[in-house]
Amino acid sequence: MYVAVKGGEQAIDNAHAFLAEERRGDPAVAELSIDQIREQLSLAVNRVMAEGSLYDPDLAALAIKQARGDMIEAIFLIRAYRTTLPRLGQSRPIDTGAMAAIRRVSATYKDLPGGQVLGPTFDYTHRLIDFALMADGEAPQAPTAAPHGAMPRVSGLLDAEGLVEAEPFSNTEPPDLTRTPMELPANRALRLQALARGDEGFLLSLAYSSQRGFGRTHPFVGELRIGEVMVELDIPELGFSVEIGAITVTECETVNQFNGSKTQPPQFTRGYGLVFGQSERKAISMSLVDRALRWEELGEEDTGAPVQDAEFVLMHADNIQATGFLEHIKLPHYVDFQSELELVRQMRAGASEHQEAAP
Amino acid sequence: MSDYNFAYLDEQTKRMIRRAILKGVAVPGYQVPFASREMPMPYGWGTGGVQVTAACLMPSDRLKVIDQGADDTTNAVSIRRFFQRTADVAVTSHTHEATLIQTRHRIPEAPLREGQILVYQVPIPEPLRFLEPRETETRRMHALEDYGLMHVKLYEDIARNGTIATSYAYPVMVAGRYVMDPSPIPKFDNPKLSGSPALQLFGAGREQRIYAVPPYTGVVSLDFEDHPFEASKAPHACDLCGDDGSYLDEVITDDRGGRMFVCSDTDHCDCRQKAGHRGRLAMPETVQ
Repeated sequence: MYVAVKGGEQAIDNAHAFLAEERRGDPAVAELSIDQIREQLSLAVNRVMAEGSLYDPDLAALAIKQARGDMIEAIFLIRAYRTTLPRLGQSRPIDTGAMAAIRRVSATYKDLPGGQVLGPTFDYTHRLIDFALMADGEAPQAPTAAPHGAMPRVSGLLDAEGLVEAEPFSNTEPPDLTRTPMELPANRALRLQALARGDEGFLLSLAYSSQRGFGRTHPFVGELRIGEVMVELDIPELGFSVEIGAITVTECETVNQFNGSKTQPPQFTRGYGLVFGQSERKAISMSLVDRALRWEELGEEDTGAPVQDAEFVLMHADNIQATGFLEHIKLPHYVDFQSELELVRQMRAGASEHQEAAP
Repeated sequence: MSDYNFAYLDEQTKRMIRRAILKGVAVPGYQVPFASREMPMPYGWGTGGVQVTAACLMPSDRLKVIDQGADDTTNAVSIRRFFQRTADVAVTSHTHEATLIQTRHRIPEAPLREGQILVYQVPIPEPLRFLEPRETETRRMHALEDYGLMHVKLYEDIARNGTIATSYAYPVMVAGRYVMDPSPIPKFDNPKLSGSPALQLFGAGREQRIYAVPPYTGVVSLDFEDHPFEASKAPHACDLCGDDGSYLDEVITDDRGGRMFVCSDTDHCDCRQKAGHRGRLAMPETVQ
């Protein structure tokens, strides 16, 4: 016999307790420390910082631990925390040209001022499981070199020759995605903001689709660089800016062929990606998607490809919005379902009457 | 809980939301864009309603939260707890005691009164969305009062099925101007939207929209003269309290086709049982 369901509160408490126990796993195994996650799962930490839009490796590591390694859940924790933080000021634009790069590669020039610097990359590793890692070994040591100074940007080298489109200079304040509702059509600054916090997998697939012909963009990686940049804040009381810290970012500039238009001579065009931490895949994807979204301003053809559709890309790139809405369908929908049940029954009754009435 | 501001959101954010609410009240049925914040619960789980509630709550308020008409469904419990923790407000399950009611998918059976606020959680605020996926297009259609597409859809429903095949989130016209999505309430609840003495606010967090139906505003469910709107429910009476006029949930009681019907509004059902009403399957010992 059914009696009105009670006990939601107790069930929730018990579910949370069960979750906490599962998160910890076998208590005979040592518990993960935040330091371990930050130091040894640093690319996961980077992704959480990038898509969580908050540069704090310790907090990101904690979120990964709390989320049991579920990256989107960890990103969600960071996002929800970040909204509660006061906004103390706005930094000056970071200067990636002055970056202390640990990695810098160009696919367009064999050699260039500053050279090619491979840095800590998976690129030429053979993807063979390293069983030696199962045992604790000595900490690996890499040879060291003197740090590079500032390296000129590839786009700057092309720019000097007039071969790449000029980046229009603007002092207008960019819109803030976190403080104003998204308005469409969105300008490039707003699009880049949305892409920078967008889901890595979604951007990867969109960028990949553009390479395969759904909105072709002909990209070359003009330059990809990873390293620390200083963050400076203007202090109005002092009348000058002070460095408040350093962050690691990945920057990608793609160079794309462009045939020219009525107003523009043939030249190369740019796609841009900038992501917190070491996140190459995301930065490259972002620059391809950025370039594809610029079809209109460059007078290119709309082929109807998903990656060219700004509303489609921007409204679906955020994995926190996406996962929330997707997963909400597991919430109770008894009421809606009941109304559908009645409707289907009524329509079926109507249909069978109709059949019986027919000769 | 001192770590967060009263009702979680900071005062600047609340002010921004209140402005959107006021604009919504001034233009009934119009979807006002607002800078929705990331909340500590997932998008799609009531973040819009939670933000509207947070912006409206006063320490003196008495809050009721329902999901599917019930106070004890898991998400209703979770949201009620959230405001108990962050705002320390009094809570109730009685519709008539509440000053602010946050709801998902239902309007309470008991009539609302002046001074009450009913906050709806809205998943997709745009009634035209499934006819036109582009926001840029639908905003233009609302601006031009271009609702032909919706009428064609309803007409096609009738042509195909002999009836309008929409049983919840049934579109309405507010104050003779804007077509509005009433959130996924069953169409049984639609008549209660119109002329209500309470203020009705709708919050869609993920879609960043707030809209409102001010007290005593006319709300008309879209229909045709020869196919008038009909509020429908299961043709039964509640098996616990015997009410034959309330919206019912169907509960499967065994695997041989056994089922019973109970009020979806749990407070309504409890109050009736306490007043001595008995349904077909009510047992005296199940009623305190």
